[in-house]
Amino acid sequence: MINKKVNNVEEALVGVQSEMTFMLGGFGLCGIPENAISELVKLNVREITCISNNAGVDNFGLGLLLQNKQVKKMISSYVGENDEFERQMLSGELEVELTPQGTLAEKCRAAQAGFPAFYTPAGYGTEVAEGKETREFDGKMYVLEAAYKADFAFIKAWKGDAAGNLIFKGTSRNFNPNMCGAATITVAEVEEMVAVGVLDPDNVHVPGIFVQRIFQGEGYEKRIEQRTVRQKK
Amino acid sequence: MALDKIGIAKRIAQEVQDGFYVNLGIGIPTLVANYVRDDIEVEFQSENGVLGMGPFPFDGEEDADIINAGKQTITTLPGASFFDSAMSFAMIRGKHVDLTILGAMEVAENGDIANWKIPGKMVKGMGGAMDLVASAENIIVAMMHTNKHGDSKILKRCSLPLTGVGCVTKVVTNLAVLEVKDHQFHLIERAPGVSVQEIQEATEATLIVKGEIPEMTL
Repeated sequence: MINKKVNNVEEALVGVQSEMTFMLGGFGLCGIPENAISELVKLNVREITCISNNAGVDNFGLGLLLQNKQVKKMISSYVGENDEFERQMLSGELEVELTPQGTLAEKCRAAQAGFPAFYTPAGYGTEVAEGKETREFDGKMYVLEAAYKADFAFIKAWKGDAAGNLIFKGTSRNFNPNMCGAATITVAEVEEMVAVGVLDPDNVHVPGIFVQRIFQGEGYEKRIEQRTVRQKK
Repeated sequence: MALDKIGIAKRIAQEVQDGFYVNLGIGIPTLVANYVRDDIEVEFQSENGVLGMGPFPFDGEEDADIINAGKQTITTLPGASFFDSAMSFAMIRGKHVDLTILGAMEVAENGDIANWKIPGKMVKGMGGAMDLVASAENIIVAMMHTNKHGDSKILKRCSLPLTGVGCVTKVVTNLAVLEVKDHQFHLIERAPGVSVQEIQEATEATLIVKGEIPEMTL
């Protein structure tokens, strides 16, 4: 077993610097690497580029990095729900690259899987395709999209072990598995670190080879963005 | 009388067939799930990574790790599955999803759709809409026939930045059901009590009206 376990978030983020590009897992506030985000705020790295489907809310998730004006560029598919984001974008302080959600996922997966680029029909004929190579296959038009390049990927999983194996829960899986191994260094934080051998190999969602560092996360808030319920009749 | 949002959802629910995997967008499309016949088997996909979506949880049973694409807490039904975003869009891009229902700001007679950006105003992003409309073969747009200023949303050409080109097959509005065929809107049904003339007046695009146009049955 190759040991990927580090003792805490400080050790996990060694080497993080200003002007780097980070991938951050999560959809809305679901499955976001809460510990890594807090540490990035603490380290106060500046001029960073974040690849993440959403930009958090004003006072949580990636919104914390935006509030602290640490982000130079956001690459996302949907960025509503964040007033500070809107202010920085409209004032030109923040560069924003909007990418179709499936393309964003696949640009991560391509980086993970060693593909430099791929063709997708998403965005053909729209401003997303402007300046990009397009090509026809079987009578349909596709856009060439390049894999992302990132320095760190910050991942949140439900359970993991020292070998770096990961299991996710519910829809908190989202972009997390696609970002594992898609950056130079993948840092996974887990709600529960289990002993090696506990996870059933048949049920591992991400094999440890895609993870460089793993640590036991702390104090998860797991905030709900839209609490929607029905009443018992 | 023109339909309300629930009426639109009820009419679209009639398009859902037994054995369909269906992706519902945010807004009116989400309501469609409530009106699908209960004698057919349908599974709802949410692009953040769940197939077999159920109703909202009971108060106190919500789980932060189980949400839909609108970030609402949900439940799952027996037979449900979770998956990552790349696999979710493999279902969509790979045409495994049978029906996509989404909202729009504008639809044009060539099947173009615009629903993600109003230049000069806040841009929230396209989310999964561009992937959905680029691949789905069966796209129904759910929307009001006109915007809040009374301007038609059924146009010869979209004026807003496009989400996808030549992709919309059907539009259900508060006034009518329209089919997009050969770069033209064909009037298929009228909302109860709404005349062909009223629909034509609310439509900027050319409307093909052939024979007697039936009223919707809801």
